[in-house]
Amino acid sequence: MASRTKPRGKNSSKTANSPKAGKNGASGAAGLDESDVAIKGDHLELFRQMFLIREFELACGENYARGFIRGFLHLYIGQEATGVGAISALGENDYIVSAYRDHGHALARGVDVNRAMAELFGRSTGLSKGKGGSMHLFDAAKGFMGGHAIVGAHLPLAAGLALAQQYEKTEGITMCFFGDGSTNQGVYHETLNLAAVWQLPILFLLENNGYGMGSAIERVRAGGKDFYPGLATYGIPAVEVDGMDVLAVKEATEIAVGNIRAGGGPQFIEAKTFRFVGHSYADGQKYRGREEVAEWEERDPVVTFPENLIKMGLASKEQIDRVKAETTAVVENAVKFAEESPNPDPTEIFTDVLA
Amino acid sequence: MPEIIYREAIKRGLEEALERDPRVFMMGEDIGEYGGAYAVTDGFLEKFGPERIKDTPISEQAFMGAGIGAAAAGLRPIIELMSISFSLVAFDQIVNMAANLRYMSGGQISVPMVIRAPTGAGVQLAATHSQSFETWLAEVPGMKVVCPSNSYDALGLIRSAIKDNNPVFVAEPALLYGAKAEVPDEYYEIELGKARIARAGSNITLVSYGYGMRPVEAAADRLSMVGVSAEVIDLRSLNPLDMDTVVASVQKTHRVVVVDSARRTGGIMAEVAAEVQQRAAEWLDGPVMRVGSVDVPWPYSHDLEQKVLTDSDDVLNAVSEGYGL
Repeated sequence: MASRTKPRGKNSSKTANSPKAGKNGASGAAGLDESDVAIKGDHLELFRQMFLIREFELACGENYARGFIRGFLHLYIGQEATGVGAISALGENDYIVSAYRDHGHALARGVDVNRAMAELFGRSTGLSKGKGGSMHLFDAAKGFMGGHAIVGAHLPLAAGLALAQQYEKTEGITMCFFGDGSTNQGVYHETLNLAAVWQLPILFLLENNGYGMGSAIERVRAGGKDFYPGLATYGIPAVEVDGMDVLAVKEATEIAVGNIRAGGGPQFIEAKTFRFVGHSYADGQKYRGREEVAEWEERDPVVTFPENLIKMGLASKEQIDRVKAETTAVVENAVKFAEESPNPDPTEIFTDVLA
Repeated sequence: MPEIIYREAIKRGLEEALERDPRVFMMGEDIGEYGGAYAVTDGFLEKFGPERIKDTPISEQAFMGAGIGAAAAGLRPIIELMSISFSLVAFDQIVNMAANLRYMSGGQISVPMVIRAPTGAGVQLAATHSQSFETWLAEVPGMKVVCPSNSYDALGLIRSAIKDNNPVFVAEPALLYGAKAEVPDEYYEIELGKARIARAGSNITLVSYGYGMRPVEAAADRLSMVGVSAEVIDLRSLNPLDMDTVVASVQKTHRVVVVDSARRTGGIMAEVAAEVQQRAAEWLDGPVMRVGSVDVPWPYSHDLEQKVLTDSDDVLNAVSEGYGL
């Protein structure tokens, strides 16, 4: 099977964060080819998860406009293939830590859709009983350890979870998602160094969507937008992967996770991806052109992946349509559940402060 | 009863925990091979090994955050900061992460972690290494802050801190590491959040904590020589703050001076003063008097530093000014 990932150290001639960045970018949007038939895993399930995230995020936007969801709302639309592909490579004893654009990661991990939506609505039935909101989703029983809203601050938390896995000699590993913006924080560099020195079982998963809020990464990062191969990873083995290609991400992650479980220490993946929507719901996107967005939207994994599955004979149109219908109903139910759930009791103000 | 120095008391508490509970481990800068900047962990590396006595890079954010993550996963880390001034580098982790995680997760995640740091002035380390940020941290809900003023309290409080299921910050006055006090061999713990009446009295209440207990005790001695009986309260814990003990004392003595060895303005004694006036104003014969170190960056020169640092003269002046005693 041809590897879809690029090992660190080779020079790349392609343009980073170009929508054509994928290995198969010229031949097909989602980059599905014969080798993918051999990739184990349930293609329809991967599609279901991506479609669930898309529908969930669209419903979030609608309910923000309706005033049911408040605060900051950062949608994962466009990046679904990265989260779904990466998390599909994990086992149930692994931890996941995310930043503030966390809905997609939580859903890919299988958190209860109703309780996730209820959290955004600030209801008592929410994952955190309405105390965390959009940026702070948690499901500790599933190893989903947040949802963190200070850029880069969750990286050492993830290192600590990995340290506990190392200390207790479990088979588990920790996957830490973060954006390109966080790589300019000192704590990013501190954490990678620490993880390398202690050889922690952690996978750093950089989702490079090209923008830290409204700042194009090349405006704020020495070295430009092309992280790979110039990124400081402190000797941690790193690969670049097409973040719009769910199977490529899955494969790259399976290899990295296998390396970690085999005692190879920390690993690093840079997924090149793109958010089709603004940084947050309030973002007017004055900092980028519509053409750039449109170009990436041509590679929308939620559209192209099922098209290719059908083309390759890996799924029928009826199967895809059924998944869509079922998933749409799941999200509609989640909104209904959230709407009908009670607000937290005022006594909840005082609970969960101290253990 | 045997006397031990403050450093030994802390060390004994740490050692017991490391022996008792395999989930307890330590992280910090030069706590292993070097033995700790203040020698609290001297010999630990040999006894407990590098897995449990972890020397860290000089990366306060990273190892503080790693401690929080390890605690979230069920371990019980003890983090040593070389100076409480370095807590500023890790403030984001302590405040945004450690203290908030439980609430934000709706109670799903706890952070049973101890953070220890030398605090305070008096050892000529100048502006960056002489501060007392336990007063800042005491404002943060979701964590506890204690500051033992003697060996007995140091051992009793560190035992409770390590057993607590919350982040607990233990501020250790650097000036006190070599100070001796009686410590029994029999096991005891001191409840977090309870003040101690260090000396019973009837004419005036003096409140302090940590190194501030030194000038307060000296002032109480001098007052007793002129027939004034001072009740001395050691807060021991800045969060939770035991205002009941303070208010009960003020209701008895009708006079109060609150004393901080940290800078005067905006410290924990501002909080104590406000609570006293709100809860006990009708019992007071005069104003709540507040004493603290001078509001300047800490100077290096010995004489200057001593003038800035709260001493017993400052306490007596406040007693005289407020109550004519």
